[in-house]
Amino acid sequence: MKYKFLEHTADIKFRAFGRNLDILFENIALAISEILSRGEKVEQSLKKEINIKSEDYESLLYDFIDELVYFLDTEQFLVSKAKVKIKGNELRATLYGDDALRYKGLENIKAATYSEMYIKNKDKFWEAQIVVDV
Amino acid sequence: MIKKSENIYEIKKKGMNVPGRIFASDLLIKEVEEKTLEQIENVAKLPGIVEASFAMPDAHMGYGFCVGGVAAFDIKRGIISPGGIGYDINCGVRLIRTDIDKEDFLKKRKEIAKEIKNKIPSGVGKKGNYNLDLKELDEILETGVNWAVKNGYATKKDLENCEDQGCIKGADSTKVSQKAKGRGRNQICTLGAGNHFLEIQFVDEIFDNVVAKVFGLKKDKICVLIHSGSRGLGHQTASDYIRAMEEKFGWKNLPDRELACAPIDSQLGKDYISAMRSAANFAFVNRQLMMFAFREIFKKYFPKNKLELVYDVAHNIAKFEKYNIEGKKIELCVHRKGATRSFGPGRKEIPKCYQKSGQPIFIPGSMGTSSFVLVGTKESEKISFSSTAHGAGRVLSRSRAKNSLSAEKIIKDLEKNNIYLQTDSFRGIVEEAPEAYKDVEEVVEVSHKLKLGKKVARLKPLAVIKG
Repeated sequence: MKYKFLEHTADIKFRAFGRNLDILFENIALAISEILSRGEKVEQSLKKEINIKSEDYESLLYDFIDELVYFLDTEQFLVSKAKVKIKGNELRATLYGDDALRYKGLENIKAATYSEMYIKNKDKFWEAQIVVDV
Repeated sequence: MIKKSENIYEIKKKGMNVPGRIFASDLLIKEVEEKTLEQIENVAKLPGIVEASFAMPDAHMGYGFCVGGVAAFDIKRGIISPGGIGYDINCGVRLIRTDIDKEDFLKKRKEIAKEIKNKIPSGVGKKGNYNLDLKELDEILETGVNWAVKNGYATKKDLENCEDQGCIKGADSTKVSQKAKGRGRNQICTLGAGNHFLEIQFVDEIFDNVVAKVFGLKKDKICVLIHSGSRGLGHQTASDYIRAMEEKFGWKNLPDRELACAPIDSQLGKDYISAMRSAANFAFVNRQLMMFAFREIFKKYFPKNKLELVYDVAHNIAKFEKYNIEGKKIELCVHRKGATRSFGPGRKEIPKCYQKSGQPIFIPGSMGTSSFVLVGTKESEKISFSSTAHGAGRVLSRSRAKNSLSAEKIIKDLEKNNIYLQTDSFRGIVEEAPEAYKDVEEVVEVSHKLKLGKKVARLKPLAVIKG
């Protein structure tokens, strides 16, 4: 399982999984894409490179989602998937996505939140939990 | 949790600096989730909190503070927390009155709703029709609705009838990041998505004739309700400062990392307050420009009628307000996250025309249900730091709403109730269905009985416009 959605009264909460941190973040990007497009398949006609440095994994995740939301608001870039490389507290990613104006009824993620957020290394895999403000 | 008195519940636990106090009926308290109680407790642990960590009758689970959360902090010992205001800084509601009869509007309803939908972009990724350069954007952030008056988008009367006269003083555009400005620049006069909406309504019932007269509300006349906020500019400002505050002051001692905060009198605290006020001014202008669009369209169909602003209220904001505490007048920083200010008669902050009645308060219902106009009270100063509810309050998660409700049935129900819905997409509609919210009548009743805000009128929707 790459990710699963959990109950939250006002916002959207999900858990993501990956056998390493890179894949965990890639699966988080897939979950964000599904939230934004409300499950519609998003094409990969556009590409973007990002580079983020943060203090710890949680803030890296907060900033990663912040970037995805920022590109949607400013450049109408709707993420489809990401290829992620994390070294220490630095993340480099190639984002693949499409022009948001080609999709109707998109969900609006206002921001990432730290509410109930965690990133854990469990025996053989990584797990993260996130609530996004919608 | 114990029931203190009718409609008031209290939580006291170790580690809390003050009790948690929830305003809810026996019915509403059953709908308050465990997580909401935990969030109320967390806020009560913050330094400098005064009296109680409050939850309004529409309270539900949020992030950091619960939605419907109110907390006042001592300005010397206390903190300011962006998570106690919300990402959508100055998300709020504006009510406009007209002299148009319900029956006359119904004849033109579809055309008007369609024109509004075309003129006011809504949904995600849509740009507004105002092309602002950065200098102009800075002017909006610092002068609010004054900018709109200068450019012919607002009247002087609009300015007077807006909370803070359309401009919160102490805004400083240099405290808003370029990233936030980049997000907001193209979004002015856009509605957004989610629970934001435009509604054309009629005055269905008046409960208080004297106050309704002061507010200019007459039975069966048309009103317009605008619910929107500071868009990406506000969201980014909150994110930027949450990150800056946790870096500067840490979060390991906080009950929840989302409660990242700064002492009110620290430089970072002051910077956030200036940035928050800037974003709030942006939101006032955003709603003002939407009102201008309504005026332009209504003018074509009803040339003799004027659209007049009743009031514009913020329900995600922190304000510095004076209260009597143990016989002394003390200034406090009141965080309201999903809560409306409810000043009663005599408060100097409210417009002259409402000095005798108290300020208007608007509590929108969920899509397709009634909205309420209330009036602020003197009593609420002592009970809730002059605060009341801001809406119906969610009760059902989005995923559960999606799984248990169908868009077809919701649209049929709206039609049955003679409500016309104009939207781009029916996919988001199920999440906003009335079943996903608490009963707004019950929420308003609690406010009325406790005198947090008293009932003035009920408005019923005729047309709903959503992203």
